[in-house]
Amino acid sequence: MNENDIILSVLARHGNDGTRLMQILRETQEALGWLAPHTLTTIAAGIGWSRAEVEGTASFYSFFHIEPRGRYRVLWSDNITDRMLGNQDLMLQMCQALWLEPGRVSEDGLVSVDTTSCTGLCDQGPAVLVNYRAIPRMTAEGVEQMVDLICTGTPLSDWPAEWFNVVSQVRRKDRLLDHGLVPGQALLAAIERGPEAMIAELKTSGLRGRGGAGFPAGQKWEACRNSPGADRIVICNADEGEPGTFKDRILLTDHPDQVFEGMTIAAWSIKASRGYVYLRGEYRYMLETLQAVLDRRRAAGLLGRNILGQPGFDFDIEIHHGAGAYVCGERSALVESLEGKPGRPRLRTWSLSVKGFLGLPTDVNNVETLANACLVAVHGGAWYAGVGTAKSSGTKLLSVSGDCARPGVYEYPYGVTVAQVLADCGATNTYAVQVSGASGITLTTEEFGRRISFEDVPSGGAFMVFDRRRDMLEMARHFSHFFAHESCGFCTPCRVGTAVNARLMDKLAAGHGSVYDINELFKMHRLMQGTSHCGLGSTATNAIHDTLTKFYPAYQRRMKSLDFEPAFDLDSALSQARQMTGRDDSGAHLSNSEST
Amino acid sequence: MDAPRKLKVATTSLAGCFGCHMSLLDIDERLLDLLEIVEFDRSPLTDIKHCGHCDIGLIEGGVCNAENVHVLREFRANCKILVAVGACAVNGGLPAQRNHLQLHEILTAVYATEAGLASGVQIPNDPELPLPLNQVHPIHEVVKVDYFLPGCPPSGDAIWKFLTDLVAGCSPHLGYGLIRYD
Amino acid sequence: MSQDTFLLDGEEIPFTRGQTIMEAARAAGKFIPHLCWHPDFTGHGSCKLCTVKANGHLNAACVTAARKDMTVENRTPELDDKRRTLLQLLFVEGNHFCPSCEKSGNCVLQATAYELDMMSPHFDHFFPDRPVDASHPEVLLDFNRCILCELCVRVSRDIDHKNIFALSGRGIAKHLVVNAESGRLADTDFSLDDKAAQVCPVGVILTKKKGFSVPIGQRRFDATSIATQVTEAAAAAQEEV
Repeated sequence: MNENDIILSVLARHGNDGTRLMQILRETQEALGWLAPHTLTTIAAGIGWSRAEVEGTASFYSFFHIEPRGRYRVLWSDNITDRMLGNQDLMLQMCQALWLEPGRVSEDGLVSVDTTSCTGLCDQGPAVLVNYRAIPRMTAEGVEQMVDLICTGTPLSDWPAEWFNVVSQVRRKDRLLDHGLVPGQALLAAIERGPEAMIAELKTSGLRGRGGAGFPAGQKWEACRNSPGADRIVICNADEGEPGTFKDRILLTDHPDQVFEGMTIAAWSIKASRGYVYLRGEYRYMLETLQAVLDRRRAAGLLGRNILGQPGFDFDIEIHHGAGAYVCGERSALVESLEGKPGRPRLRTWSLSVKGFLGLPTDVNNVETLANACLVAVHGGAWYAGVGTAKSSGTKLLSVSGDCARPGVYEYPYGVTVAQVLADCGATNTYAVQVSGASGITLTTEEFGRRISFEDVPSGGAFMVFDRRRDMLEMARHFSHFFAHESCGFCTPCRVGTAVNARLMDKLAAGHGSVYDINELFKMHRLMQGTSHCGLGSTATNAIHDTLTKFYPAYQRRMKSLDFEPAFDLDSALSQARQMTGRDDSGAHLSNSEST
Repeated sequence: MDAPRKLKVATTSLAGCFGCHMSLLDIDERLLDLLEIVEFDRSPLTDIKHCGHCDIGLIEGGVCNAENVHVLREFRANCKILVAVGACAVNGGLPAQRNHLQLHEILTAVYATEAGLASGVQIPNDPELPLPLNQVHPIHEVVKVDYFLPGCPPSGDAIWKFLTDLVAGCSPHLGYGLIRYD
Repeated sequence: MSQDTFLLDGEEIPFTRGQTIMEAARAAGKFIPHLCWHPDFTGHGSCKLCTVKANGHLNAACVTAARKDMTVENRTPELDDKRRTLLQLLFVEGNHFCPSCEKSGNCVLQATAYELDMMSPHFDHFFPDRPVDASHPEVLLDFNRCILCELCVRVSRDIDHKNIFALSGRGIAKHLVVNAESGRLADTDFSLDDKAAQVCPVGVILTKKKGFSVPIGQRRFDATSIATQVTEAAAAAQEEV
């Protein structure tokens, strides 16, 4: 097939439906390597959208390439935990071996090496994605071998299979991971209860959204059920992009039936006929396995028409892929993305329960929330609320990574102390814990008595441990770059603010900062918290703020002066002129300090 | 009672066109009133070469070369109040429109490849000449600046209002009509 | 029947059901600073200049419905301070050189900055490289001044039905593109008659061969401030009624 035929066949497979643009772009790119200008033109014509709109989507996502990329695309996962495990040295080693600069394509078009946001393999890093296939536990020897395989043009299918082995390191099980349910059991229980009663049980259970926001799931389902509409939609948010979070990876790998069954129970309760799993692009490697589970469930009458013999209970699930955009974890941005558009959070004019995907009432739940719904269906709300705290019922999966002996997933009843988690995971000399990812909260040793719960320290699932070797300024700086990279760019405070913050943090880290710069950071924190369009912008300064208030000496020891330091390195600013004139006399140099 | 001490004012133009200085002269006969209350230190008006201790320093122009950095620092070190006067000092202005070009491209074009150059022309490398910076910067990116007076140039009236506020010990406030960026 | 009202900076503002705070305030002659909002189109909520405090919560006035008896703070020092910072972020994000810009005096960004006493861009400049597009015979696109308000995107899509413009990329790299594989405006069906040609609040979409036909000093915001103009327009509309 020539290029054009390939594009046309992808378009045909998706019915030339623009709302499936994300999948069209991904499949086209998988076939053609990248999305060339004429490719976008052809796709735009095929779906009847303007070319500019198609370009808007294609250029928004990190994993879509509108410029040529190497036949081997190596992306180093660049969470702070990957860094703590030495990913930067390994990437440098790889680039040197390939005679390549990060971000560049080799001249023969063979390979490109770059970084990417956290890939959810923090408990087995440093991780890479090679052509979007995850490879954990990279080592110096691994890099050497990989360079050989790349240089010899060995197809990925011939690479050592064990490299791609992502393991589920479950360290502590409780009610959810020890559910003991067989496929269909929870669904049957829900059907026996009836939709209203199921929602009532869910409300009794006090189950709250596990993605981080903590909205009561029962209320969400009820609002969606009560919204007028010809059809309703259930979406499972598997975009797990918050750095340091990988608990949904465990659920999708080890308990996919629970997750799909939770979606099906939601569909039964709110009268939805269509379900989507929005799977983050980094979890591309799970696709075939998950499809097989869906097929099995269809064959078992757990999906499809008249599910479990219930007349008119029609529901099926489709897996949609994200393409590298953290903001799509925000539920309305996720819906936009699902419609083929850039992941830009919607205005709050309409609740998604009223007008969501394609204008239909839509229920969006986190993977873990849906899996928990199965427990409520089987055991009832009162049983479910039997563990946890007053406002946080049930258990929570924590993704523990960083400086500890036993990283992995830990399930605890809500209310567990930070100290307990640290003891269980074998953390010693702990200096700080970053709970709930880059947007979360930084805890100091004095706060380790605090409890994981919506009342005290809420968590979307990430729990990153830092011991006394670590520099908390470096963590905050790292996250500031993460947010600058992931800002959707819609609103002024976040688009420009995240870039300003990253620049200020670099300046401070390089030892060129002053109290003036610190005050700028506080000012940006106050501005962005109040005026940003969505949670990304309003939480983007949390780590900066927390480390400034709790770890100020980390900043002070890097500070050059209390007063003011230039915005840029003055001596470097003369570099081109020195080079062009060949001068190196004292007049050809500047110092950043005032004395000269 | 003695008359109050006159305030010392220094002025300079870095990467500017002296248009802001012209505008200062545009306060016309009010110059005489001004001279009742201030005396000029380093300034094109006095030809004093180095800035002494001053109350107010007025900087026209952005920072485009190493000498600009030295002069600006001298002003900052000696002036209690430092004011960025005019568009170039405030945001780099017209000279900063070279910032999207690489300096080596500019130097090569000007001294090597442009039509009409005499043969044997080279990029000057005399140590007496200040080296240009890779980009042109507004002055607040190099030193702390206390006040900004925008305009290209700020009008005589704006300068007058600004200075009289400062001399009177008030935070300068221009208000609508006097704030202009063009 | 008495009309529903809310309080804006202590004054009662009447509103009709469905009106946003911005629309009601505008009709009453009250200026809420804005850039991405335009009276002829629905609210967009991206520039955040119109952030007000409604019943204690910060919200964009252009996308927040007016509600009976709500208390809204608008021109307070705290809010104007945030707005000034937002303006400064926009000024350093692009390349805004007013002295050489044909839109100077007619520019909403500039007029709003005057109204808010913005004396400098404050932050360090990004000085992005954004080449101009002079390919079209009638129109010049100078992307240096784009503030990403999407007015041209929206108007070309919703009013002209041409979809000439879109935003590409994300974060600080987000930028305006046109609907052509070449990326050139000349290769689209854009025309000076398009409504989108007239809607740019800053100096991106400029009509060729018209430069400086109205001299500096006689332009839209030269005589009166943007806030005064809102008040006067509302008074004039009231008189007509």
